[in-house]
Amino acid sequence: MKFDIILAGVGGQGVLSLAAIIATGAMKDNLKVRQSEVHGMAQRGGEVLSHLRISDSEISSDLVAKGTASLIISMEPLEVLRYVDFLSPDGFIVTASEPFINIPDYPDIEIIYGKIKKLKNHKIIKSLELAKKAGSSRAANMVIIGAASSVLPVSSSSLKAAVEELFSSKGKDIIDVNLKAFELGAE
Amino acid sequence: MAEKVLLGDEAVALGAIHSGLSNGYGYPGTPSSEIMEYLIKYSQKTGNIHASWCSNEKTAYEDAIGVSLAGKRAIVTMKHVGLNVAADPFINSALLKINGGLVIVVADDPGMHSSQDEQDSRFFADFAKVPCFEPVNQQEAYEMTGEAFEVSEKYHVPVMIRLVTRLAHSRAVVVTGKEKEQNRMKKAEDKKTWMLLPALARKQWVTLLGKYKEFKKDSESSLHNPLYINPDFKKYGIITSGLGKNYYLENIPELSVKPSHLHVGFYPYPEEKIKRLAENVEKIIVIEEGYPFLEERLRGILKQPVEIEGKIDGKVPQTGELNPDNIRPALGLPVRKTLAEVEALPGRPPQLCQGCPHIDSYNAIKGALASYSESVVTSDIGCYALGALPPYSAIESIICMGASVGTAKGAAEAGLKPAVAVIGDSTFYHSGMTALVDAVAANTPMTLVILDNCIVAMTGGQETVVPSSRLFSVVKGLGVDPAHIKTIIPLKKNHEENTAVLKEEIAYEGLSVILSVRECIEETKRQLKKGKANK
Repeated sequence: MKFDIILAGVGGQGVLSLAAIIATGAMKDNLKVRQSEVHGMAQRGGEVLSHLRISDSEISSDLVAKGTASLIISMEPLEVLRYVDFLSPDGFIVTASEPFINIPDYPDIEIIYGKIKKLKNHKIIKSLELAKKAGSSRAANMVIIGAASSVLPVSSSSLKAAVEELFSSKGKDIIDVNLKAFELGAE
Repeated sequence: MAEKVLLGDEAVALGAIHSGLSNGYGYPGTPSSEIMEYLIKYSQKTGNIHASWCSNEKTAYEDAIGVSLAGKRAIVTMKHVGLNVAADPFINSALLKINGGLVIVVADDPGMHSSQDEQDSRFFADFAKVPCFEPVNQQEAYEMTGEAFEVSEKYHVPVMIRLVTRLAHSRAVVVTGKEKEQNRMKKAEDKKTWMLLPALARKQWVTLLGKYKEFKKDSESSLHNPLYINPDFKKYGIITSGLGKNYYLENIPELSVKPSHLHVGFYPYPEEKIKRLAENVEKIIVIEEGYPFLEERLRGILKQPVEIEGKIDGKVPQTGELNPDNIRPALGLPVRKTLAEVEALPGRPPQLCQGCPHIDSYNAIKGALASYSESVVTSDIGCYALGALPPYSAIESIICMGASVGTAKGAAEAGLKPAVAVIGDSTFYHSGMTALVDAVAANTPMTLVILDNCIVAMTGGQETVVPSSRLFSVVKGLGVDPAHIKTIIPLKKNHEENTAVLKEEIAYEGLSVILSVRECIEETKRQLKKGKANK
């Protein structure tokens, strides 16, 4: 089994925590994991990209090859389009619906949705609305993990355990909000 | 033995701790910073080691040499361009009889994710004639660090570990090994091997060349330089180095045969193994991360004519990072089919954060220069380099750490005035101070604006080596006339006042320094968060 994921978004959207949770969950299921990210300039409102590779055998490359990703997870719809050439022919897209507009030439959002919808397997999630419903707009990335959980080769129980682990120092209330956001995303 | 999920950087740090490290030094620089961050955290938690940031890579390296003199193990970390700054002590230290193990870790940045160039540190190791390890994954990063210390103490030489961004900043499981005790203090015995007076250095140089022969012998038997020969397939063979190996392995399942293959993970490179590979193939394809270091040398090594393909003939891209896709043409593999093509999209470049003090500093500088038909603003390495982009477009040169000061001085002395240099607080301490002394000596008509955000912001918020409160006295101490050292607070509400101060100092026909002091907004946010968490 080999499952390659491209995680995308904009600096500050929680893309790297998202990657960390899936990676931790996969390891709890005894899978091998490699996760690559770029720090530095990317943090300042720029694009953030992480490659996450999950397999039951040894993984050589830190980077996913073009045309081989099983899944793109994005916290932002425009960012999906930047990486669609990584997707394998039967690959999935799970993305937040809300645009992050910090550039003057951001395209019409309906055109972006239209392009994503043309691709075979996609979920466009109202992550902010669901996160607020769960109790905090900051849990949007947990909604997205929940939404991706049916496609991921990682058990939901391991993903939830990873969520609890990541927020363990923040107290029970924060953990509950994030778990609730995960569940709302999974529905 | 334990399993840990670590970044490549962290794997090096833990490898060093488990090898009996006593001291760690470095200067922050992407992608190397997380090595020292790990060591500093460990040091604060346990008190077992000394780990600290330094003014620059040269001072860091010299500190590490001192630790070695005392017989203990030291590591020094930097990004590739940092080694340019540390080159003097690095090259010279190869001639010392290193006492406690001395390991230098250099993180290269092919693809320039966060750098000014793509320089390949293997050239520096080769130039200094010291051994160099190049890991391809986190486990090797951990293990090679331990080995590097052993080699350093066995041959009494500094040893380099070369990392690249992709390894430094990717995570995987590392299985840890035995932990070694730290060395006791034991001063180097023979002073003659530690003083590079010409008469002594000549002897040390001969000694080093002798050691170099040993490194080459070791390279032939090193497990990090595995050679596989497929006697039934002569058409071509592969040489990989660094992460080129991973991308090659990724593509092997699609090749109809498994070609002969040499991987080089320990330098100096194994000449005999390269010759043996060449005897078995008609063509060698070289896949290496970085410059075509091995490829350029192959012709000099091989006696027989063998076709060589790689970066020099363009079969493998010579700029940017390697990846599993861009090495496929060299292997004769077609481009993989993708679900969809990426069309032209608006980019999302990094930006100065909302509320960043640099924005207000740049607005004031632009305001102060508005009345001049010609002027120059030189800049430096740090977040404030983002002032190059619209809507600011406030700066005109970005070269290397500290260059803004001397460049403005030279421009002013050539008659290009007014000349304004902007530099961050940490970059000023790193290598702006010496150039400012030059400007003091010449009383050059220029204005230096030190953007003091009280932190090393670009690399993730490390502490500046000297706290902000001492900046005025440092500048005054370097000899700048105190009447022309002005402090401003870069806030929107102070814009008129700040512009006036800058205008006045820019008009002054001599050297002036403006300290533009306000904490990095990200750091302010971090502190607020911490404050809340503590309540």
